[in-house]
Amino acid sequence: MTSDTPAGRRFRVFTRRRSAPSRARRRIGAAVRMLAALALAGGVYTAFAPGAFAEDDRQLSTAAQEGKALFDNSCITCHGRNAEGVEGRGPSLIGVGSASVEFQVGTGRMPMTRQEAQAEQKRPVFDETQTKQLGQYIQEIGGGPEIPAGSLTKDVESDPEALAKGGELFRLNCAQCHGNVGAGGALSSGKFAPSLHDPTAEQIYGAMLTGPQNMPVFGDNELTPDEKQEIITYITTQIQNDKDPGGLFNLGGYGPATEGLAIFVVGITILVFAALWIAGKS
Amino acid sequence: MKRRKLDLAQVPANIGKGLDDRYQAATPLRGLLNKVFPDHWSFLLGEIALFSFVVLLLSGVFLTLFFDPSMKEVVYDGPYTALRGVEMSAAYESSLHLSFEVRGGLFMRQMHHWAALLFMASIVIHMARIFFTGAFRKPREANWTIGVILFLLGFFAGFTGYSLPDDGLSGTGLRIASAIMLSIPVIGTWLSAAVFGGEYPGELIIGRFYIAHVLLIPGGLLALIAAHLGIVFKQKHTQWPGPMRTNDNVVGERMFPRYALKQGGFFMAVFGTIALMAGLFQINPIWLFGPYLASAVSSASQPDWYVMFMDGLVRLMPAWQIDIPIGDGYVIPPLFWPAVVGLGALFTLPMLYPSMEARRLKDHKSHHILQRPRDAPERTGVGAMAFSFFFIATISGANDVIADKFHISLNAMTWAGRIGLVLIPPLAYYLAVRICLGLQQHDREVLAHGVETGIIRRLPNGKFEEVHQPLGPVDDHGHPIPLEYAGWVVPKKMNRLGALGPAVKGFFFPVEKPVEAPVSPAVPPVTGSSREEITSGR
Repeated sequence: MTSDTPAGRRFRVFTRRRSAPSRARRRIGAAVRMLAALALAGGVYTAFAPGAFAEDDRQLSTAAQEGKALFDNSCITCHGRNAEGVEGRGPSLIGVGSASVEFQVGTGRMPMTRQEAQAEQKRPVFDETQTKQLGQYIQEIGGGPEIPAGSLTKDVESDPEALAKGGELFRLNCAQCHGNVGAGGALSSGKFAPSLHDPTAEQIYGAMLTGPQNMPVFGDNELTPDEKQEIITYITTQIQNDKDPGGLFNLGGYGPATEGLAIFVVGITILVFAALWIAGKS
Repeated sequence: MKRRKLDLAQVPANIGKGLDDRYQAATPLRGLLNKVFPDHWSFLLGEIALFSFVVLLLSGVFLTLFFDPSMKEVVYDGPYTALRGVEMSAAYESSLHLSFEVRGGLFMRQMHHWAALLFMASIVIHMARIFFTGAFRKPREANWTIGVILFLLGFFAGFTGYSLPDDGLSGTGLRIASAIMLSIPVIGTWLSAAVFGGEYPGELIIGRFYIAHVLLIPGGLLALIAAHLGIVFKQKHTQWPGPMRTNDNVVGERMFPRYALKQGGFFMAVFGTIALMAGLFQINPIWLFGPYLASAVSSASQPDWYVMFMDGLVRLMPAWQIDIPIGDGYVIPPLFWPAVVGLGALFTLPMLYPSMEARRLKDHKSHHILQRPRDAPERTGVGAMAFSFFFIATISGANDVIADKFHISLNAMTWAGRIGLVLIPPLAYYLAVRICLGLQQHDREVLAHGVETGIIRRLPNGKFEEVHQPLGPVDDHGHPIPLEYAGWVVPKKMNRLGALGPAVKGFFFPVEKPVEAPVSPAVPPVTGSSREEITSGR
């Protein structure tokens, strides 16, 4: 590329088809082409590039504004300005949706007490309205899954198969970590699957939809909303209600571990005392 | 004709005479009924196992009336709505039927299961009693071996029973059993195929386990229990050392009536305890576990407690796989060491222990007098070592439940188990030996110097010393003549010697009025009339 001027070269290419135009015409033509190219490039850029101030134009709803105020007070330290996350502290919340916020905040897991393997469930810091407002804010700035309105359980009276179906799905999808009896279980390095005895239907739905902490996401492609509702029906009617014959105590539902403990603490203890008593009667 | 008068008081005697005339039973029965058994609470621990075995037989027979040991696929249509319409095996369906529809069925199932746990627990406790008191020594080595085999048979009886309902938990256990069989080099594949009738799980295993669980294993247990008791009967029970007790006699109560009555009462206590637990505590809620599906495994899937040590050893084993490049290549998976070698060692070592100890001590005499744990410190140390190993392995078998409920990292639990399995048993040995020697030392001190009275005396030179009450005669200078160490309880408090009046008898509440404490003539007691109320003077 060592020719005199680039314009001269381009000009030569075009001259092959017609005789040489006048000098003034050449100058004007070059200027027009240059302007057209610049306009095209700029136009394409403007059309495709995200505008730096585009978000500011969208108006947050009142609830979301309330939520933003709460966010800026309590969440911003770890999740950062505009919920975009802080490296090493908290993840970005863009796209997690209100379902995730309502689960994490509604069960008291967020705000977290400290950084550890997994956020502990505790008494919620925000009340129900505040939780909804926070969820609304995150939903409006980033979108994501939402907990559907309406009943999240099946009516066992009208749909008697739902309970058994939910039980099957529960044992296939949930029991690996939460246990067949829903007592919860250990995962590696201090992580755990919590007990399923307290959560509400909304919380279970939100957890399945968003995969909080170490739980996998069960999106609507893995478990359809109908299947999710069947699972919730099984949990709320069968596991949480303790509709469970076999004595006054179910020993926590931890299986043979607590049964083994019970036979020594109760059975053997009673019988050793009985032996002491009977042998003492000489 | 004169009517013969019926003398009611003479009826039993007449019947007895009639029987004896025909069967000559009086002489052997007299010996039997007069047989003497020594009495101590720790001798009743083995009876817990015997009586829970009786409960197992009774409740087990009831369960067989309703259980269908078939793996035929059926669709559930019973009263339990949460499983209605689910495909399952006939075995699982009949277990559900037994639990929900048969009157008293769930109670009997729970009683059977609790009795099984109690059977194994009392075997272990009884075994510990035998071990720590040296009751396994000559001539009772064979009976000790039978006892260990009884534990092994109970182990398999429990495992087959655990598998029968064909629920999610029992299928998981069966899968592990099949993996253990497969881990045995060379024969593993053949063994598993032979047991399951082809590839796991096949369609035969429930039927095969059923016949093993209701006939073969109980038959073996029954035969060995009979042999166990027969040998105890023939060789006579061991006894603690004590007054009048020697290596050649047995001091205790006659079998009839007192001992038999006490045993009958204790049977009722065992039966009642099992029934109490079966009524209060839910065990193995199979309806929540669902039918067995290879793809559905619950967290906290544990075997029953007496198999848990094996599960624990498997969990603690590092993933060391050995590849042997012969032919197409053989693999010894890490599972082989804890599950096959570990289980084998945990059963053979105890069986060999009596001969190992006799050889080490060059002791080939017969022993009918028990030793207190403190009098055989090394044996006690070995026992502490073995039981701490078993305990850590068992705890590790439930380490996920413990990690979850006590908020400990599961990885930390696993490493604690690994390190503990190596470090704790030697530490337990050392501590047990030191504690034994310390207890022995104190007994010997009391025998040599007498009981501490709590009375401090000041000597003319200003020295303080405690007055000791000698237990035996004293020499010319008033020093006690040292008594021989007899390996039995030494009184260590003055009221054991009658100085403060005897201890009040009664286990739960006093069965007699406490005796008045003896009064010293030098200090007459203050009576009511000579007392005066202290007032403020106004």
